[in-house]
Amino acid sequence: MAHITLQDLKHSYNERPEDDDDWALKHLSFECEDGGAYALLGPSGCGKTTLLNIISGLLIPTEGRVLFDGKDVTGLMPDQRNIAQVFQFPVVYDTMSVYDNLAFPLRNRGLAGEAVDQRVRQIAAMIDLTDTLHQRAAGLSADGKQKISLGRGLVRADVNVIMFDEPLTVIDPHLKWQLRSKLKELHQQVGTTMIYVTHDQTEALTFADKVVVMYDGAVVQIGTPVELFEKPQHTFVGHFIGSPGMNILSCELDNGKPVLAGEVISANPIKQTPPTGTNLEIGIRPEFIHFAKSGLAVKIVRTSDAGHFSIVETLHKDQSIKLLVPEGAEIPTENAFIEFDKAHTQIYADSQIIT
Amino acid sequence: MAAKIKNQKAWFFVMPVVLLVAFNAVIPLMTVVNYSVQETFGNNLFFWQGIGWFEQVLNSERFQSSLGRQIVFTSIILAIEIPLGIAIALAMPRKGVGVSVCLVLMALPLLIPWNVVGSMWNIFALPEIGLLGKALNSLGFDYNFTRQPLSAWFTVILMDVWHWTSLVVLLAYAGLCSIPDAYYQAARIDGASRWAIFRFIQLPKMKRVLTIAVLLRFMDSFMIYTEPFVLTGGGPGNTTTFLSIDLVKTALGQFDLGPAAAMSLIYFLIVLLVSWVFYTLMMKDEVE
Repeated sequence: MAHITLQDLKHSYNERPEDDDDWALKHLSFECEDGGAYALLGPSGCGKTTLLNIISGLLIPTEGRVLFDGKDVTGLMPDQRNIAQVFQFPVVYDTMSVYDNLAFPLRNRGLAGEAVDQRVRQIAAMIDLTDTLHQRAAGLSADGKQKISLGRGLVRADVNVIMFDEPLTVIDPHLKWQLRSKLKELHQQVGTTMIYVTHDQTEALTFADKVVVMYDGAVVQIGTPVELFEKPQHTFVGHFIGSPGMNILSCELDNGKPVLAGEVISANPIKQTPPTGTNLEIGIRPEFIHFAKSGLAVKIVRTSDAGHFSIVETLHKDQSIKLLVPEGAEIPTENAFIEFDKAHTQIYADSQIIT
Repeated sequence: MAAKIKNQKAWFFVMPVVLLVAFNAVIPLMTVVNYSVQETFGNNLFFWQGIGWFEQVLNSERFQSSLGRQIVFTSIILAIEIPLGIAIALAMPRKGVGVSVCLVLMALPLLIPWNVVGSMWNIFALPEIGLLGKALNSLGFDYNFTRQPLSAWFTVILMDVWHWTSLVVLLAYAGLCSIPDAYYQAARIDGASRWAIFRFIQLPKMKRVLTIAVLLRFMDSFMIYTEPFVLTGGGPGNTTTFLSIDLVKTALGQFDLGPAAAMSLIYFLIVLLVSWVFYTLMMKDEVE
C-alpha cells in the first residue's frame, strides 16, 4: 500500500514533440491517498491508459516524477515497483492451472511451499475460484479469467497499488455488476490503493471514492461522485457525467448577473469577474430545471421516456434545454415556462467554473 | 419437398471441386492402387498379384535402408530448423524499418526454385572451386561431397536448413506478433524471467503455428527430391538416396511399376499416418 504522488507529468509518444497535439499527457499532477479507491474517467484517447502505464512503470514519462510514499520510482521497472495490474482483456497463462497462475507471481519472487499454498488458497477463496483451482486457466470463461488476473495482483501481500484498465470490457453484461460489487467488496477487505480506468461513468461512480476526470491529456476535475455531479469544475465534466449531461447555454454578463438571450437568470454568485471577450456559459443539469408558472419561455420539442423519469427536450430561442421530469408529473404540450434551481446554476468562463 | 430440391442443387455446386479432386487426386491414386496389385507386361497385359508387391517392398533391404535414411534426415532437419527458426524469430525486430528488411531477407530462399537451389549448392560446395568446399578444405577439413558420405550428408542438411528455416521463422514470427502487449506487461508485473516469458507465454501462443511449421517441414522434408537429386544424385553410392529418389529410380529407371506403386502407397500412408498422429497429439488439449 502506498500513497502515490504524480508530479508535473507530461508524456509524448513522439520522440521530439512539437505542437500541443503531440502530447498524450499535457501537464498533470495529483495525489492518490493510501488505501483509496480512485477512478480515472474520460473518453477514449484522453490519455488515461497512458497515465496508468506511467504509474505501473510500463511507460517512463517524458517529464515529471512518480512517487510512491515519497520515494521516487519514475525510473523503476514494473516488477520493482511492486504493483499489480488487471488488463482490458484477461491475461492468463494458458498452459497453467488456475492454482499455478495465482502462484506464479509469488514463485517468481522466490517464495515456495507452504507460504505459497496458503496465500493462493486464501485469495482463491476471496475471489470465488476455490472450486476451479485445479482446472486449466484456459478453460475458464472471460469473467473467470479476469478474476485470475485480479487474483495474481491480490496474491502478493505487499502490493503498492492495483490498477484496472477497463477490466469489464469483455465481461457479459449480467456479470458486470457482480464483478463490480466484488471489486468494491475486495477493496474494503484488503484496503489496497486501487486505480480503476474506465470510460463508463457508472463503473467509475460506483467503484471510486474519488473520480479523476480526464479530458484531452489533462485532469479537469478530481472529486467525489457527488461533487462531480453538483459542481462540475469544467463544462466537459458537466457534459460527460450524467445522463443526459448538463445543459451548457451560452450567455452574457450584466452587472455580475448572467443574461440568457435577454433574460436575467439567477445563479450562484460569481467569485471573480472574467475579462471581457471570454466565452461565457451557464451550466445547469436537467435534474435542476422545473416547469413553472412563469420564467423562461420555451417550446417543447420532444419527450422521451427513460424509466422513472422523462427527458423533455425544449427550445428557448435557438438553444436546446433538456429537463428531467419525474414519472407521473405533468408535462405541458407546446409552450411552457421553466425555472432554474439557483443553487445548482453555475457559470463557466472559457469552460472553467467561475461561480 | 422444397427442401429436397434444394439438397439436389447442392450437389451441383460441389461438382467443380469433386471433379477437380477426382482428376488431380482420386483417379491418379486409384491408378497407382491398380498397378500395385498387378504384374504388368507390355501390350497392356495385367496379371493379378494381390499383396505380393507390398510384401516384397516391405521386406527389401533397399526400401528399409532408404526409409531409414529418410527418417534420420527428417529428424535432423526438424531438430535443427524448428529451434533455429524460433530463435531467429525471437531475435527479429518487432517494429521499425528492420522488420521489412528481415522479412525480405527471410523470404528470399523460399522464392528460389528447388532445382536452382540444388545447382547453387552444388557449385558452392565443389571442393576445388566452390566457396564452401574450397574454404573447408583450406581450413584443413577433408571435404568432398561427391565422394564422402559424411560430407554429402552435411551438405544436404546445410542446404535444407538454408532453404527452409525461413519458413519456420516466418510462421513463428507471425505467431509472436499476434501476442497482445498486455501479456508481456503482465509478465513483467508478475516478475517473470525471460525464460518464463518464453515458456509460459510465447511458446504456448506459438503452438498452433509451430504445429503447422512442424507438419509442413515434416511432409516436405520426408518427400524431398529435387535438391539432393541435383546436388548428389543420391550418392555417393546410395548414401543420400532418400525415399522419393529411390521411388523414381524404381519406377522410371527400372520400370518396375508394380513395386513402385506399392512403394508409393506405403510412402503415402506413412506421411499421412505420422501427420495425423502428430496433429491429433498437438491439438488434443486445445481449448477454445
